[in-house]
Amino acid sequence: MSRHTLSVLVEDQPGVLARVSSLFSRRGFNIESLAVGPTELPEVSRMTIVVNVEDLPLEQVTKQLNKLVNVLKIVELDAQASVQREILLVKVNADLESRSHILETVQLFRAKVVDVAQDAVTIEATGAHDKLEALLKVLEPFGIRELVQSGMVAMGRGSRSISDRSGRPSEKTT
Amino acid sequence: MSTSHSASRDVSPEPVHMTGAQALIASLEAADVDVVFGIPGGAILPAYDPLMDSSKVRHILVRHEQGAGHAAEGYASATGRVGVCMATSGPGATNLVTPIADAYMDSVPMVAITGQVPSASIGTDAFQEADIRGITMPITKHSFLITDPAQIPKAIAEAFHLASTGRPGPVLVDIAKDALQAQTTFIWPESIDLPGYNPRTRPHSKQIREAAKLILSSRQPVLYVGGGVIRANASASLRVLAELTGIPVVTTLMARGAFPDSHTQHLGMPGMHGTVAAVGALQKADLLITLGARFDDRVTGKLSSFAPNAAIIHADIDPAEIGKNREADIPIVGDAAEVIAELIAAINAEIELGNIGDYAGWWLQLNRLRETYPLGYDLPTDGTLSPQYVIERLGIISGPESIYAAGVGQHQMWAAQFIGYEYPGTWLNSGGAGTMGYSVPAAMGAKVGCPDKTVWAIDGDGCFQMTNQELATCTINDIPIKVALINNSSLGMVRQWQTLFYNERYSNTDLESHRFPDFVKLAEAYGAYGLQCDNHESVDATIEKALSLNDAPVVIDFVVHRDAMVWPMVAAGTGNDEILYARSLAPDWGSDD
Repeated sequence: MSRHTLSVLVEDQPGVLARVSSLFSRRGFNIESLAVGPTELPEVSRMTIVVNVEDLPLEQVTKQLNKLVNVLKIVELDAQASVQREILLVKVNADLESRSHILETVQLFRAKVVDVAQDAVTIEATGAHDKLEALLKVLEPFGIRELVQSGMVAMGRGSRSISDRSGRPSEKTT
Repeated sequence: MSTSHSASRDVSPEPVHMTGAQALIASLEAADVDVVFGIPGGAILPAYDPLMDSSKVRHILVRHEQGAGHAAEGYASATGRVGVCMATSGPGATNLVTPIADAYMDSVPMVAITGQVPSASIGTDAFQEADIRGITMPITKHSFLITDPAQIPKAIAEAFHLASTGRPGPVLVDIAKDALQAQTTFIWPESIDLPGYNPRTRPHSKQIREAAKLILSSRQPVLYVGGGVIRANASASLRVLAELTGIPVVTTLMARGAFPDSHTQHLGMPGMHGTVAAVGALQKADLLITLGARFDDRVTGKLSSFAPNAAIIHADIDPAEIGKNREADIPIVGDAAEVIAELIAAINAEIELGNIGDYAGWWLQLNRLRETYPLGYDLPTDGTLSPQYVIERLGIISGPESIYAAGVGQHQMWAAQFIGYEYPGTWLNSGGAGTMGYSVPAAMGAKVGCPDKTVWAIDGDGCFQMTNQELATCTINDIPIKVALINNSSLGMVRQWQTLFYNERYSNTDLESHRFPDFVKLAEAYGAYGLQCDNHESVDATIEKALSLNDAPVVIDFVVHRDAMVWPMVAAGTGNDEILYARSLAPDWGSDD
């Protein structure tokens, strides 16, 4: 099994998220993370889907995905050739004794404290999956009260845009 | 299939004021719909009012929505046109789920139109509310939920385009009641604008050239023909390709009729109940030329031991089918008709260069299999009627011009085996989904689409009791189908498995339909002719009697032997090499290579 990041351009139509996510589940794939939002084109949304899967079944699910009428384009983003980011908010126990250690960690990871209470701080961090995992590992001993994490968003490096020639006439890649 | 619904025919492109319901009917007329099978109800009721006035669209009022769906399928499979069914919200719509799933599995072009509760009530668990778009998402090619009346013509135009092009399939259009009631302007779209939908029909010429070379250099090739050849209307060109190359042909359950059974190059049906020659040919082949087939488990048996020495050319309109079950050496995405036409041209070019195929040794092997293991059956020793004999005689007497729609089970397999099909669209069945109850309504739809043809429903007593209420529809609407009821008083195929794999413990497969119901009386109650036959001597006369009765449906209750089994058989989960010609009788494959 290996991690794959798919960028999927879809028409911004009701039900499209359900179509995509249910396709993954009924073909037996677990979505590790999914992020969806608007793009530079008003009628087009972009999904970033991370799946843990072998190459051959990935090809099958990509082909099935391509058959959805509302799906415009699918690109697999290579980790090396793309920028991949997740955002994390974590509420950590922070008394007088531990607070400075925590702030040090926050600086080390180029994270931010976004809220402070008597006995806790809330930290915001952005980065690739591995960096955020490393941050959490360091914070864990202080006691994590609450954790929320976004799905990954990703973009290919360089000057080309994924939506080049994606709108019309349709340019599905299989 | 490629039909354009983009250009308006006799529809004015000028906007016309009307209700959403009127726009729906005008759209169906613009899409050249001549018949709709359906049942009205609360949410779809506004559509039924203008439907009453349409001189182009005939509505056939069925007795159960499942009947409407299968009738639309039968109509589509027999004519090649899009079948249309209509139902109301909630249970009306959910009763369409089985035929929609069936159409999805067998790539049948179908548009299902359902009424939905008013848009303000959607999501409130309103009376007769069901999220039919959500329910059918995994079993439709696409679906629409329309709440704006102005969107109705566009959705209908797109639905017909999607259903009939590329890999055909069912499309659902769910329309909220208030959208049907509201005033709108009707504009039939000039063109279809679906940026995410662009099926590739034209194959890559490089792949075609490679395929042609491989075909001519192979020594043991087989044309593995699936239902896609029928959907693509490619039977005539398939015959040209087969005769040009001299390569043996097998036709899957969905492709029966795509290649004439009487043709010497035809080895029959492959798969779980295929002929020894067809199954053996696939197993021993060095090349499969796969046209519009999908390596279904009922064809391949255990996948890992399927056609172990064969290279694979796989041509399909759906790229997702290629490599799904079996890796393709030469993948070809394209419409079967275009693929075959280009293969013929490429092979001709190779032949001109002196590159000629030699399959003489291959045919020697295959002919030995074919001669040693022809399809056959034993007559019951107790003198009771043989179901295979009935079906065989029916095919001979009614002939290859007739249309045969089967249910699911033993009778379906015998009908696939013992009737000689010569033309595409004459064999209708539920192949992928295996939907019991398909036969009677599908035959009804086929008869509506092909009124001049004799249409037989070959049904089992189990299947028949699931959908026989449509006989009333047939009688009342002058749709004189004929039903050959193969009544073995059991769920025969399940019973066969209990015989073979469950120590003859017949748990819940005895329907006792030799006692109840009285099928002759049942037929008569529906206004149909009811005939019965329980001996070999009167089979021909009974079939001929049925063929002479054309002013009402006919049901023949063939009371048959219940222990007859379908052979050959590849038991589920085993490999094709383990095919049994008859119980405990494995074929001798010979020592050839």
